[in-house]
Amino acid sequence: MKKLAMAKSVLFPEFKVIRDTDRCIACQVCVRQCANDVHHYDQDDDTVSCQDERCVGCQRCVTLCPTNALEVKKREVGFHPNANWSVQHIRNLYKQSETGGVLLSGMGCDQPYRIYWDHLLLNASQITNPSIDPLREPIELKTFLGAKEEMLDIDWNQDFPVIKTQLAPQLELNLPILFSAMSYGSISYNAFHSIVEAAREVGTHCNSGEGGLHPDFYPYGKNIIVQVASGRFGVHRDYLQVAGAVEIKIGQGAKPGIGGHLPGEKVSLEISQTRKIPEGSDAISPAPHHDIYSIEDLQRLIFAIKESISYEKPVSVKIAAVHNIAAIASGAIRAGADIVAIDGIRGGTGAAPQVIRDNVGIPIELALAQVDERLRQEGIRHRASLVIAGGIRSSADVIKAIALGADAVYIGTATLVALGCHLCQKCYTGKCNWGIATQDPYLTKRLNPSIGKRRLVNLMRAWAFEIKEMLGGMGVNSIQSLRGNKEHLRTVGLTREESQILGVKPAGEGW
Amino acid sequence: MREDQLYRIPSGCAVVGILNQDGFRISGEGIIRSIAVMHDRSNGLGGGFAGYGIYPDFPDLYAFHILYDDRQAVITTEDIIQNLCEVEHSEVIPFREIKEVQNYPYFKRYFLFPKGKIFSEDDEVVKLVMKINSSISGAYVISSGKNMGIFKGVGYPEDIGRFFRLEEYQAYCWISHGRFPTNSVGWWGGAHPFGLLSWSVVHNGEISSYGINRRYLQNFDYHCNLQTDTEVITYLVDLLGRKHQIRISFLGSVLASPFWHEIDLMSEPEKTFYRSLRMIYGGALLNGPFSIIVGFDKGMFGLVDRIKLRPMIAAWKDSTFYLSSEESAIREIAPDLDEIRPLQAGEVVSGQVGEKISYGKKCFVSRV
Repeated sequence: MKKLAMAKSVLFPEFKVIRDTDRCIACQVCVRQCANDVHHYDQDDDTVSCQDERCVGCQRCVTLCPTNALEVKKREVGFHPNANWSVQHIRNLYKQSETGGVLLSGMGCDQPYRIYWDHLLLNASQITNPSIDPLREPIELKTFLGAKEEMLDIDWNQDFPVIKTQLAPQLELNLPILFSAMSYGSISYNAFHSIVEAAREVGTHCNSGEGGLHPDFYPYGKNIIVQVASGRFGVHRDYLQVAGAVEIKIGQGAKPGIGGHLPGEKVSLEISQTRKIPEGSDAISPAPHHDIYSIEDLQRLIFAIKESISYEKPVSVKIAAVHNIAAIASGAIRAGADIVAIDGIRGGTGAAPQVIRDNVGIPIELALAQVDERLRQEGIRHRASLVIAGGIRSSADVIKAIALGADAVYIGTATLVALGCHLCQKCYTGKCNWGIATQDPYLTKRLNPSIGKRRLVNLMRAWAFEIKEMLGGMGVNSIQSLRGNKEHLRTVGLTREESQILGVKPAGEGW
Repeated sequence: MREDQLYRIPSGCAVVGILNQDGFRISGEGIIRSIAVMHDRSNGLGGGFAGYGIYPDFPDLYAFHILYDDRQAVITTEDIIQNLCEVEHSEVIPFREIKEVQNYPYFKRYFLFPKGKIFSEDDEVVKLVMKINSSISGAYVISSGKNMGIFKGVGYPEDIGRFFRLEEYQAYCWISHGRFPTNSVGWWGGAHPFGLLSWSVVHNGEISSYGINRRYLQNFDYHCNLQTDTEVITYLVDLLGRKHQIRISFLGSVLASPFWHEIDLMSEPEKTFYRSLRMIYGGALLNGPFSIIVGFDKGMFGLVDRIKLRPMIAAWKDSTFYLSSEESAIREIAPDLDEIRPLQAGEVVSGQVGEKISYGKKCFVSRV
């Protein structure tokens, strides 16, 4: 659509760029670093000026300024205080009245809904049960994802007992953390490269997202879970066969009910070849899979995939946490899923309609507790592993998720933050100054894959240490003994109803 | 069961077990003397015994020991039992009044077998036990095995032993427990051993995996309503040992499994075997400090946790196999031993009637 000539936008700058002119040496680092063209060098005056309204608050210039001359602050708006008409609402109204479009956003929901992790407290041993010291005793984080048999059929009449049961395929993880689905396309080649390298070194898995798999990453296949989403971008035989596991993506926490969304700005030649779509075209996945209109259709797709990979790898089904999540997860398992991945409302994205990101879905903590309980009541908990995602920020969140019943967690946003992301939420513009969520070669080369990998490996190492310390404190030397062990959790500051939904006793209540 | 007992009580303890592998039966006097040596490991809030081979007159009938807090519960319970079982004999469990034991409940025993069976006889009995224990307030089935029985209560174990006149019973296997709960239990059903069918379990420790073990057992229709660690251990042993037919000597490979780094160093077929056990039975892994003695039909085994945080010693003299928290308790009744040694972490040491003793060489080490 041809843009109409409009009067000056009534939008006001979100950020204020403060330059300390005494410190500024006009070196122009900020000018070169900013893909949003905030900074401008005036040759005649030898000064740098800036246009605040272009600033997204990514802090790139602040971080790289050699003299610490820059500061970027959220601009205080002088609106009359109004509890109903927040600044965010007013901005959105201005934007939509100027563009007539759906407002996009990046990253996960940033609204102040209750974060249940922050209302859960962990246990530790005192006197009656010695705590275990991870520096001196082994503490195990090894995790297997996949369907587990209810019991083993063992032939005891041999020299050494022989297991007759054929075990379902498993993903073996050295720690219960996986890198979440982020497609090559939504993130850069270098970001993807950093993640696959880290997954291999740590001994865990990452997820291709729905963007296919660049040929360069096939050698890492064993450590990659490949996604089959509604757009089926880049899905073919080799793609399925090279992977450690296959994940059918039904939904995503940031945008339950709609399909993936990659703006054409980010569809470079390499992306177009990987996804098998024209260069520069928007890659908008259909909202549903058009071959899955029911649970029995899902079963067909699961088994079509299992056939194509000769039943040698687990098949995961990823769903967004929505109101009836427990029944849906149960259905997915009955349809043959070996792993169910559930993504909560705070799950991230490269691009989603803001209104959906901020208003659709439920917190992952509640969804997890309900799904785990429901599956146990139905006696099918062992038939699939549960992996949860959506706003895991620290090792404490991980261990609380395990105690609430998860087998493992996916981390997406935390991964990107470790790579340098400053959560400016502008992933969909393709102008990521940190070289993560962009395909612009000038920007992507800012992320060095070997440094990126090292940062991620460090993060996993640090979290593994912290998790072991906490486990040891509880007198538990295997993560298996914490999984679903809600006795080691207590709630604080929650209503009785919330505690009941979580299945966790309030703090102060003993055994 | 009393509502105010519905919480878990961590406790320290003394455990001891004696098994005559020739099947020769001895009176309860010896085990009372033995457990009394470890008086200071209990605090007078719980003690108990299990004896195997004590009912030679009814060897093939399930012997139900039932504790009643309430007269009404007797009628309700007996109605249910009469409906579902043939009771060949029932009587009040004999006891003697002693000043150390006060405020005791009413104990009866029934020798019975289930009438109609849809599942196996054992499964029917388990269902009946679960039904009485969870639905009748004031009645609690303490033991339900054949030719065995559990005697327990609030007090020091040696006093409980005298209260139940155990010197009048003859058993080829005795196990006993002295309890040191960290808060007061006024309820006799909360003492140990804990029993189901012919299993009886005594346990010293605290299970930090309790929450998940309990939820794992729910999958298999075991309902832990007593909130004790010993209860989950008993059900796990029943599930694995009876229903899933895992050999006694390999129970340690599940309940106190080898570490992954140890499994990684194994060669085949051990490696696949232990890996598979851990993958499938992760919910049955017991964590936290424990040493347990499990009595079963014609045998007894001991097991300590994965990193040995609680004591347990095994000893042999002629055809008798001993297990105890402390060596002194064994020396009290058998001063000269042929062989004595502490259990290793995660190790199952077992003995069975009819099995020849070769001074511990029969020991099964799950740790490989």
